Amino acid sequence: MTALPDAHGPKRSWWKSNQQRVTPWLFLAPGLFMFAVYVIWPIAASFRFSFYDWDGLSPMEWVGWGNYVELWSDRNFIISLKNNIVWLVLYMLAVPAGLGLAIFLNQTVTGIRLYKSLFFFPFVISQVVVGLMFAWFYAPNFGLFFQLTEWLTGTGTAVLANPEYATYGIIVAGLWPQIAYCMILYLTGLNNVAPDQIEAARLDGAKGLKMLWYVVLPQLRPATFIAVVVTVIGALRSFDLVSIMTNGGPFGQTRVLSFYMYERALSEYGFRMGYGAAIAVVLFLIMMVFITGFVWKMVRDERGH
Amino acid sequence: MFPRPIAQRSAVAQWSYSAMLPIALILWLLPLLGIALTSIKPSSDLASGNYFGLPSYLAFENYWSVLFEYDLWKYIRNSFVVTIPTVVGAVALSCLTGFALGIYRFKGNLLIFFMFVAGNFVPFQILMVPVRDLTLDLGIYDTPQALILFHIAFQTGFCTLFMRNFIAALPRELIEAARVEGVADWQIFWYIVLPLMKPAIAALSVLIFTFVWNDFFWATVLTTSADTRPVTAGLSSLNGQWVAAWHLVSAGSIVAALPPVAMFFLMQKHFIAGLTLGAVK
Repeated sequence: MTALPDAHGPKRSWWKSNQQRVTPWLFLAPGLFMFAVYVIWPIAASFRFSFYDWDGLSPMEWVGWGNYVELWSDRNFIISLKNNIVWLVLYMLAVPAGLGLAIFLNQTVTGIRLYKSLFFFPFVISQVVVGLMFAWFYAPNFGLFFQLTEWLTGTGTAVLANPEYATYGIIVAGLWPQIAYCMILYLTGLNNVAPDQIEAARLDGAKGLKMLWYVVLPQLRPATFIAVVVTVIGALRSFDLVSIMTNGGPFGQTRVLSFYMYERALSEYGFRMGYGAAIAVVLFLIMMVFITGFVWKMVRDERGH
Repeated sequence: MFPRPIAQRSAVAQWSYSAMLPIALILWLLPLLGIALTSIKPSSDLASGNYFGLPSYLAFENYWSVLFEYDLWKYIRNSFVVTIPTVVGAVALSCLTGFALGIYRFKGNLLIFFMFVAGNFVPFQILMVPVRDLTLDLGIYDTPQALILFHIAFQTGFCTLFMRNFIAALPRELIEAARVEGVADWQIFWYIVLPLMKPAIAALSVLIFTFVWNDFFWATVLTTSADTRPVTAGLSSLNGQWVAAWHLVSAGSIVAALPPVAMFFLMQKHFIAGLTLGAVK
């Protein structure tokens, strides 16, 4: 019994002297562990898998750069890559459209709060449901859009059955919630624009677009940054809508990398995990270009504080 | 205020603005309104070509049929089983990580913080094969735990970004004062910081609820059976069965969308505060 305090003595003093150093790591440990297991390690593992031929069950076979070489002659990969670029470019329309909508709604008439929430509504709905709604909207014969084109041109267009237009049809569906998201970012931003600067500019005769460009937009920079980040990421992540609305068709013309990867690695089309991993690595590297840019800017802002 | 308040403009401008508002809203929500209308039409209406007129009677049986004949209620239950523990887990973990990164200055702090931030942006596909493999190895493939564990881990990235910034903005004197008094770190966390984090916890909870409820990709990758699949994946497979039975597709869509929509309208302030974090300096 008398030995007990002695045994505790050195331990306690170690804790005392290192407490400040160790404590943050104790708080970090559970979150860091989960994140390492489910996010960091899988990224590394996917890079490794991409150099193997593997169906998920039988032993893995090393093929070196084989999967990547195959990608370049895979027509479907090129189509997916091209579609990803189309997505990325057109998705950016969500940023100015969201700004326009926010400016339209930034008023103080009665009931405007309800209007703002209802305009924001599409963002809350699952993309699966958004996809189904637009599939109904585009449906041949009775779909609203079909009828509209029939009325305008004489022949109706079934967007999702048309290999040329289907991707654009899906992108429009994706823009719907994305514009809502950008709108809410800009509404918050507009709420915080310094009123005295606006008044001063107004006294100097600035109005309309000039006011927007030179006085308001510079103050909305943080909102614009986040809107661009979420829109770029959203465009490259597009999977749900493609899967629900066309399942990659017609004739594989609406595939994007995220969807093609899934098809190759997991659907009845494939179980080529190594090849799928190679597609994922390409998508990851494309996204890393943007992620690095975003994080670099955030680090700079953080240091600037 | 920008643009100039409409109240300062002419009567004509005010009148046309209040006329434009509802028109714009109806156009904006047209796909939603169409689906809502279709969901209460009997199938006979659709068969006879009544797509846009009023329903011949309110066919709430569509909802009944979707929920109980096609067992959509099961998928809804599965979604709750996955979503609620995920919200609790991700918020709890990020309270801890946010506290560590927001309060302590130590080497590697910024590095770890930006690792969480960057991880939050990666494409799901780069994680897919290894995570599916790990799930199989753990023996939890096609169980709610498979989704819960993954979602907790992944959402911790976004939640940490949120919590850390929130905690870093708290008055430091409060914590310094407690330190001087000799209060232990875990007590500072539990009795001083945690009560102040209530608004952040509320905001994150609604956001994570919506994100996880609406997840479709992981639901299809990690679950297969009707007893575990969340409603997004369930709706997608039912949609295959319903081939263009739009009254059922519509009713199913509305039901699947309802919980996050209700969450949004009940907790609107928190939801938007969470979503627009960082949109203002």
